[in-house]
Parts: sequence; structure tokens; C-alpha cells
Amino acid sequence: MTVVLPPVSTEPAAPPEEGQQLGRWRRMPTKAKVGVVLLGIFVLAAIIGPMVTPYDPSYQNSAPALSMHAPYAAHLLGTTQTGQDVLSQLLVGIRLTLELAFIVGLVATALAVIVGVTAAFLGGVWDELLSLVSNVFLVIPALPLLIILLGYLPQKGQLATIVVLSVLGWPWGARVIRAQTLAIRNRDFIAAARETGEPTWRILAFEIVPNEVSLIAASFVNTVLYAIGASVLLAFIGLADLNSWSLGTMLYWAQSQQALQLGAWWWFVPPGLAVALMGTSLVLLNVGIDELGNPRLRDANSASRIAGRRMRPTDPTPVLLASDPPPRGRLTSFVHSFSRSALLDHNGRGES
Amino acid sequence: MSFIVRRLIFYVVAAWVALTVNFFIPRAVPGNPAQAIMAKFPDLQPSAYRALQAMLGVGHAGSIWHQYWAYLVDISHFNFGVDEIEYPAKVSTLLAQTLPWTLTLVGTATVIAFLVGTLLGILAGWRHGGWLDRVLPGLMFLQAIPYFFLALILLQLLAINLHVFPLGQGYSEGLIPGWHWAFIGSAIDHSILPAFTIVITTLAGWMLQMRNVMITTIGEDYVLAAQAKGLSSRRVVFTYAARNALLPQLQGFGLALGFVVSGAIIMEIVFSYPGIGLLLFNAVTSNDYPLMQAIFLVITFAVLLANLIVDLIIVMIDPRARTRGATR
Repeated sequence: MTVVLPPVSTEPAAPPEEGQQLGRWRRMPTKAKVGVVLLGIFVLAAIIGPMVTPYDPSYQNSAPALSMHAPYAAHLLGTTQTGQDVLSQLLVGIRLTLELAFIVGLVATALAVIVGVTAAFLGGVWDELLSLVSNVFLVIPALPLLIILLGYLPQKGQLATIVVLSVLGWPWGARVIRAQTLAIRNRDFIAAARETGEPTWRILAFEIVPNEVSLIAASFVNTVLYAIGASVLLAFIGLADLNSWSLGTMLYWAQSQQALQLGAWWWFVPPGLAVALMGTSLVLLNVGIDELGNPRLRDANSASRIAGRRMRPTDPTPVLLASDPPPRGRLTSFVHSFSRSALLDHNGRGES
Repeated sequence: MSFIVRRLIFYVVAAWVALTVNFFIPRAVPGNPAQAIMAKFPDLQPSAYRALQAMLGVGHAGSIWHQYWAYLVDISHFNFGVDEIEYPAKVSTLLAQTLPWTLTLVGTATVIAFLVGTLLGILAGWRHGGWLDRVLPGLMFLQAIPYFFLALILLQLLAINLHVFPLGQGYSEGLIPGWHWAFIGSAIDHSILPAFTIVITTLAGWMLQMRNVMITTIGEDYVLAAQAKGLSSRRVVFTYAARNALLPQLQGFGLALGFVVSGAIIMEIVFSYPGIGLLLFNAVTSNDYPLMQAIFLVITFAVLLANLIVDLIIVMIDPRARTRGATR
């Protein structure tokens, strides 16, 4: 064997950075991929949607023929009772709903990180107290509390909803992050940082938090999911600024104008479907994140099928038998990826 | 300290927090609900303002701590005040009328969803990669649909278009509620569709969680040992794997109850089901603050009680919780 190898295939010639990223994308669980693409579509719709709306969503066309008109060329998703364009409302509504959900996600996750990390790091009475508060707010049902909070507020605008949802949205994340912080706070690198005289805030912000990025991301996704669901629910029962167009207020008006009973499916199906698909994309994303961390959870097509044989988690560590048909193409890369992640996992647990 | 005692103390604290939050919200919010109601009903006499203030606890006599104490004493006697919209009906009477409906429907549907979902999760986890695993994304979609939206669609399809189920309400009009077959049959008939909605929207969550825990549990050595001993599959799955996988599931059940209840509130609004959720909705739309607050308390206490029951079940199936105070 010579040291200098001539390039045999074109694959290694590709820039390593790009190749690595492509590989990472390919190794991502299918569910996560679908989630990312789906969410991307909605984010795109939220960004460019309001710029390309065919009509002003609030513009009421008084022509009687345009009251609850079924979808046609000029109004791709039909019109409402008062001749408003449903597509325009939907595009603006996606923007408003996603915007709200992301802001709530950011604020509540930040609160969760602050509370969770502080509780675990300070320990003692502070930990007991902060954990107690988050557990109490986890066990108190959120929606009735949201309803009375918003019910009492004189203005029920976007800001009020954001504040109320953020205030009640952090306990779950705080609980998870606290547990993780407890697990890493006694590691050597934290002790080293403390020995070198780093101030506590620096240890928290630059040593602990960066080690919890994936957990914080998962918590953010969950909070966004909660914010979408809760804000749509609250708007649907009328606890929102009913003059603004969000997916929730669209559903509120569709319901109060009896769109359903009058058979105007184009009025209530699009916003409902948009909420459902947004929710699904976030659930898929979260399941994907879980599966990245725990390859056992993947479905048969990505982890437990080796050379056409379905594996059960209890089966012995998979080894390709000589009698098995020689793996080709996708299967090869597949087996390879399996041996790297899952096999290590099995060995690590001392099962083989 | 035993597990149950610790949990009891926790629930008492949680109940106290709920009571206190409930007490301070009206006093902390800018503006005055009495003024809001006065503005809403212009023909109210000025004298009504004082009555409203007294009723809502704004401009109450005495210090705030005095009011707080009086409030706690009132609540402990189930005295939630007089309802201001359906005056002079007592709030507690309204609650007593609606609570049984919700408890029966939501309770039954939730338990069914939990049991079926857990069972399916056990099977999906055991037959990892089987057909149950493949329908999972579809179930996740069902779970992501807003409750009320799915309820609306089902109502449209099954009640309005196909006439399979009655159109909302708790029982047929003209029937007098009571323990006779005509009424019970009608009530069951009216509850099938709402219950079905709750079951299919929450099923996937239980199933996914149970499946994930099962998959991890099945990889444990004691499961392998049980298989190596030659025990039957059924025994390995249910007595060895599922029993252990059930603990996180049950703990999750306690925490998820709040969300389940929230969904049920909306379900009742869509189906005009005469439960506490519809009452809350009516209270919100008519700015009926005392009723809103009382409903919040009742729902919270119901959830705390359900959590306590879950804890008792955990103690039953987990010997560790009995011996040393297991942390949760």
C-alpha cells in the first residue's frame, strides 16, 4: 500500500463541509425531515404571505353575489359572509399566529432556562422553592387560568395574549432543564471553571447553557406548539382582539357566522387545517429530535431493519450473516449508519 | 416521609396557590370589573354599582388580609357567591348542575383513551416496526388538530350530513333529567360523539409515550432474562416490561390532565354539552366574573384530586414508592 492514494471516486472530492451537512440531513429521521419541510413552508408563508395577499383581509365586498362564495379564480379560497377574501385572511392569519407563537416560545423558554438553571445551580432552599412553583403551575390546569386572566384584562390584544401565555408557559421547560443542569453541574469542567475563578453568571451562561442547547431547542418547539394551540383556542372562544386576523379569530368568525351549518367549508377548513399542519410539523420535529438522541425509538425503516430482517430491540446485536444477500446502495449506507450509532449504543449497554 | 404524605402536602400547597391566585387576579388587574359591567348594562341603577362592588370584592371593607381570610372561609363552605348574570341563582347551584355532566363524559372518555392508548403503545413498542408503528404519524396528525376543529368537522359530517348522531346538547329536548331509561339512553346517545372526539385526539399522545418507554424498557437486561427463562411472550410483555414502563406513563397522565380538561372545555362549547366547560364559556362571553373564578377553582380541585388518585395507583404498582419516599 502506498501512502499517496489516487482519487478513485468523486465522492471524497466534494467539499467536506457540504458533504457532512448533506450526510447529516440524510441521516435525520424521516419524521424530522417532514417536520422541517412542513414548518419551513409555514414560516415562508408567514414571511411573504402578507405581502402577496390578493385583497385586504378586512375589505368587505358588499356585492351580494360575493357573500360566502365558493372558491373560484378570483377568490382562490372563496369568500366569507361579508365578502372578505379567505385566502388573504389565511395568509395574514398564519403570520400573526406564528409570530405570536414564536415570541411566546422565546420568552417562555428564556424564563424556563433562567428558572431551571438557577434552581439546579443554586440548590438548597432556592431549588426547593423554584421547583415547587413550577410543579404547582404544571398541575394547575392552564386553560381555565388563562381564561380568567384574559377575561379580567380590559384589553385582550396580541400583547396581552403573549404576556399571559408566556407567564404560564415556562414550568415544563424549567423542570426538564433543571434536571439536566443537576446532571451536569458536578462535571469536571464546571469544577475547573469554578477553580479558575469564573463568576457564577459566566459559568451559567457560557459553561452550562451551551451544553443544553438540544434540550432548550426541544423545549422551545414544545412551547411554540403550546402557544399555537392555546392562542387559537382563546381566540376561538372570543378572548382575543377580534378585529385582527389570526387563525383563531378566523375560526371564531367562521363559527359565529355559522359557516359550518351553511356548508361554507372553504371558510373554516383552511384555518383549521393550517393549525393542524403547523402542529403536526412541530410534533414531528420533536419526535425527530427525540429519535436523534435515542436511535432505538426510530421506526423499522430507519433503525431496526437489517438486510431485510426486522429486528426487535431484544434481539442480539445485529451481525450480517454470510448467508444474507449482499447489501447494496442505500442499504449499505443504512447498515453503516446503524453500526455507528445503534451498535455503539448496544455495546455501551453491555448487551452483546 | 412516605410518598403519599409528601404528595398530599404538595397538593395542599397547589390548592392554596390556586386559591390565592384566584383571589388576587381581580385585585391586580387594571380597571374594575364592576365598572366594566356597569358599562355593559347602561340601564343599571347607580345603586347597583355598590352591590356589584361588594359582590366582586372590589372596594370591599377591611384590609386586604381581612378580605383574604373571609374569602378562604367562604370557599371552605362552598360559598362562591351569587351569580350576577343569572341572578339570584347561586354559583354553587350552577356548578352542581353542570359538574356531573362533565365528570361523567370527560372522565369516562379520558380513562378510555388512556387505557386504549397505553395498550396500543405496549403493542407498538413490543412489535416495534409493525403496522401500529406505521400508523403513528397519522395519529400524530389527529393529535395536532385542534380539539374544537375536529369536533366541528365530526359534528358536520356525522350529525348534520349523515344524521348518525344527535346535534349537540346533553339529552333530547322535552325529556326530564332523572333516573329513567328514556333519559339515560338519550344522554348516552348524545355523549358518544363528544366522547369519541376526546378519545381520538388524546389517544395518540398516550400511545406515543407508552411506545417510547416500552422500547427503552424492552432493551433492559431483566426483560432479556425473562425471555431467556422461556416465559411466554404475553407474560414478558405485560408483567415484566409494561408494568415498569407504566410508571412514567402514569406520572405523565397526572401532568397531562390539565391539558385534557382544557380540551374538554372546548369540546363542550362545540357540542353545546351542558357541562362546566359550556358554563365557563357562557361566563366569559357575559363577563360573569364570580362564575369564571368559581369554575377555575372547581376544575383545579378536580384535577388535583385526579392527580392524587393517580399517585395512589402509582403506590399500588410501584413498591419503591411504598418503602422509601420516591421522588417524582
